[in-house]
Amino acid sequence: MTETPAVARPAETAKKFNIDTVEHAAKTPDTELPWAELGLKQNEFDEVVRVLGRRPTGAELAMYSVMWSEHCSYKSSKNHLRQFGEKVTEEMKKDMLVGIGENAGVTNLGDGWAVTFKIESHNSPSFVEPYQGAATGIGGIVRDIISMGARPVAVMDPLRFGEIDHPDTARVMHGAVAGIGGYGNSLGLPNIGGEMVFDSVYQGNPLVNALAVGVMRHEDIRLANASGKGNKVVLFGARTGGDGIGGASVLASESFDSTKPSKRPAVQVGDPFAEKVLIECCLELFKGSLVEGIQDLGAAGISCATSELASNGDGGMQVELTSVLLRDPTLTPGEILMSESQERMMAVVTPENIAAFEAVMDKWAVEYSWLGEVTDTGRLIITWDGEVIVDVDPRTVAHDGPVYDRPYARPEWQDAVQADAFTGSVQDAGRPAAPAELAAAVTELVASPNMCSKSWITDQYDRYVGGNTAMAFPDDAGVVRVDEETGLGVALATDANGRYTYLDPYHGAQLALAEAYRNVATAGAVPMAVSDCLNFGSPEDPDVMWQLAEAIRGLSDACMELGIPVTGGNVSLYNQTGSTPIHPSPVVAVLGKLDDVARRTPSGWREDGQAIYLLGTTAAELDGSEWSKLRGHLGGLPPTVDLAAERELGEILINASRDGMVDSAHDLSEGGLAAALVESALRYGVGARISLQDVLDRDGVDLFTALFSESQARAIVAVPRSEEIRFKDMCTARGFAHVRIGVVDAESGVLEINGVETLSLDALREAHEGTLPKYFG
Amino acid sequence: MTELPLIGEAVAVAAHPQLAGAKIGVVTFPGTLDDRDAARAVRLAGATPVALWHADTTLGDVDAVIIPGGFSYGDYLRAGAISRFAPLMAKVIDAANSEAKLPVLGICNGFQILTESHLLPGSMIKNDHLKFLCRDQVLRVENNTTDWTGDYAVGQEITVPLKNQDGQYIADEKTLDALEAEGRVVFRYVGWNPNGSRRDIAGISNAAGNVVGLMPHPEHAVEAGFGPQAGSGTEGLGFFTSVLNKIVGDNK
Repeated sequence: MTETPAVARPAETAKKFNIDTVEHAAKTPDTELPWAELGLKQNEFDEVVRVLGRRPTGAELAMYSVMWSEHCSYKSSKNHLRQFGEKVTEEMKKDMLVGIGENAGVTNLGDGWAVTFKIESHNSPSFVEPYQGAATGIGGIVRDIISMGARPVAVMDPLRFGEIDHPDTARVMHGAVAGIGGYGNSLGLPNIGGEMVFDSVYQGNPLVNALAVGVMRHEDIRLANASGKGNKVVLFGARTGGDGIGGASVLASESFDSTKPSKRPAVQVGDPFAEKVLIECCLELFKGSLVEGIQDLGAAGISCATSELASNGDGGMQVELTSVLLRDPTLTPGEILMSESQERMMAVVTPENIAAFEAVMDKWAVEYSWLGEVTDTGRLIITWDGEVIVDVDPRTVAHDGPVYDRPYARPEWQDAVQADAFTGSVQDAGRPAAPAELAAAVTELVASPNMCSKSWITDQYDRYVGGNTAMAFPDDAGVVRVDEETGLGVALATDANGRYTYLDPYHGAQLALAEAYRNVATAGAVPMAVSDCLNFGSPEDPDVMWQLAEAIRGLSDACMELGIPVTGGNVSLYNQTGSTPIHPSPVVAVLGKLDDVARRTPSGWREDGQAIYLLGTTAAELDGSEWSKLRGHLGGLPPTVDLAAERELGEILINASRDGMVDSAHDLSEGGLAAALVESALRYGVGARISLQDVLDRDGVDLFTALFSESQARAIVAVPRSEEIRFKDMCTARGFAHVRIGVVDAESGVLEINGVETLSLDALREAHEGTLPKYFG
Repeated sequence: MTELPLIGEAVAVAAHPQLAGAKIGVVTFPGTLDDRDAARAVRLAGATPVALWHADTTLGDVDAVIIPGGFSYGDYLRAGAISRFAPLMAKVIDAANSEAKLPVLGICNGFQILTESHLLPGSMIKNDHLKFLCRDQVLRVENNTTDWTGDYAVGQEITVPLKNQDGQYIADEKTLDALEAEGRVVFRYVGWNPNGSRRDIAGISNAAGNVVGLMPHPEHAVEAGFGPQAGSGTEGLGFFTSVLNKIVGDNK
């Protein structure tokens, strides 16, 4: 259906540029280049010159500058990230089909199925232009999943914005949520969960992370490499435009044309329809085994795709850049190489498959152009109208970028922060104790910005499309069926707590993992793999670098202890306003497996008379808690991490789900038991009668602490009477603390907690669900 | 014709030997999203789904057609406005208006395509609250004499998912009065009107009752545990069994 010209640009247009060829560069070593404006440091530029043995051409400079950026090269974090690959046992590797380094890791699900998932950041674009930033964040992560050969099946989005009542928060909120919905809903991918956190530290630097998960048969796994001399390289999808070129203006030196458009958006603009068509089109290519290697175009666009495909392959690649189909014919070679226009893919196709490939493109009305071919020279050569403008070893661009051992040190202020406990602080004055005070405190907590219902957001996302969503927000984890015959499926949860991590980065990162692990197990799934999005401030600040190093060390240690490997992820640095960094925010996603999603455990109570058990023990752990945030305090030490207990709790929850011993389960995390009780009650509007006396006696805590402490490795479960003995026996046999704290009451319409004034579910619902509409309409 | 890329195969047992032979076409446009869901619903009802491609020029031997939800052509011009011109739509329009009165169901974007095709009157504009909305929606069945609602009772309330951005049904007063008078309002929203639709209208039919369009999604309420939390979760299955009974009845 498309009429695609072989060469997009008439020759005379091409001549408008004064092309800086390799030959010219060799002859003009002293030409001034705008490397500093493109973000390279002096030592990095010197390294480029050393690698090439001459000064780079303008086009080469563009490639190196984007590929050696922090975002693409992980130059500050690489030395630390290695731990994710090193702290891995053979047992952990057993189900890992593709590990870190590819577009996304792949995990074996059994029965010939594989699952791939990854989480990424799109923070700065989402602050500049929330709608497009968030939308293209979804688009990018979904293309990573397609690149592995998988059909994307769900998305999730952890969000962190500034204070709820700050005027700019509404701008970011409306834009980002509409963008995620507008793009994700149009792709036909259910949005099954995420997070929403408000904190002033994110005011000038919101965090918009996006996760996508996809599934495939083992034989469909695809990798990003260009192999086989003579195979053709093709670019397909949307045309290349001027969007997403960060340093476009400085490349003006490459062009003599002063009439070209000067204002270009640094934020990419998304076209979800193009992406949806691209998904179906790629799946059809995979089905017909029509591509040898495939790579999505994300950050650094064609620079990234060509250099990664070539360096992962066994030869080289030759590409003619004037063959790229353009939206804006005035783009210079450097700009074309750097453009981050969305909805594009690059593939390697054998000559025999060209016709079949073109037929699929035509069927889906997707534009494409053949750029060149795979060679055996070991070089990536890019020409412009036949003149060589790039001649590099692709590894030096894609993989051998600079790596820094940034200096780091425990911040001087860390001790003072850790010494400032909430208990006994000024903010702790007048701690609620009387029944009426405690009832007011519970209501205040569940109405607070971070603990309130997020349905205002999730109602704007399609959670049903695909017909495989077995569980979604507000349950602990999202659950998607993979195999309709057997019920095999996956559960996913993402978590982070910037406040805990600020207090103690090592343990804070572990707490994020522990919570995501717990959420997945609470749903009844066996945790299998981890993806992380490490959102931090500037690595050039030794305080921040220490936070990053500690978080990675903590996370990798904890993964080892829990026996689940990191299969991929993303690092987002420089998240700060001026010299003030955000709280260190490692967002951790855990993927689990359910043999039959029909066995999933939901979070809400339903059946009258079922016994409610609290699993785990409670200590006085209020530092960094949601309660302390409500009182304006941040100090002390986060809750104690006990990964052995998390593992034990996880096994109890998984076995209970598998053997039908529990009808509901909800993990205890932010907001503690108070939040969990209210959420379990409001899920289906079913109340309960609760007495915590046994908890108070056993753990030596008062009622306030029992309700608001955020001690880890805890969950509440509802057990049918017929299963009670079996369930208790299992907990006893495993030596895990469990105590019956009450009973589900389907008729009362209230949440009754001994020592707390009775809470009507209607009033709780009004408080819980009223907050976001109040601020955002 | 193209094969729908399903993840796994839905398991279903034909309810009646005659039903299994019934073929229901599911149309895919570029940007269609709920085609696999509609095919699954057909299968769970006991019939055989047939994938139809928008560029096809024949309906083959299908006994009915479903135009599923999504954002065909991105909804970029106006929802359904471009899809209406697909080669296959000309065949659908002819078959729906023919003496055989082919049963046609348009869901969400499919409903929008049917109004753009003038198989159904009126149009859909942006929700009055201007946001995309996904929720479990209670509908009241107002007419059980159409090809797609025979298995329901008049006045019956069913819960199926609703999810759209442009779901506000509008038509001039004369058209609305005529629809009411002729019993062509097939479904109404119960309780809060989720998009500002005129007279709480969720779905309508043509005069013959073979063409039905609605904004909510019955195909997402056909399997317990994968649809609405409220009710049985399978209250949308009646659409698909209704048309099968109609087809089998016609073939007796």
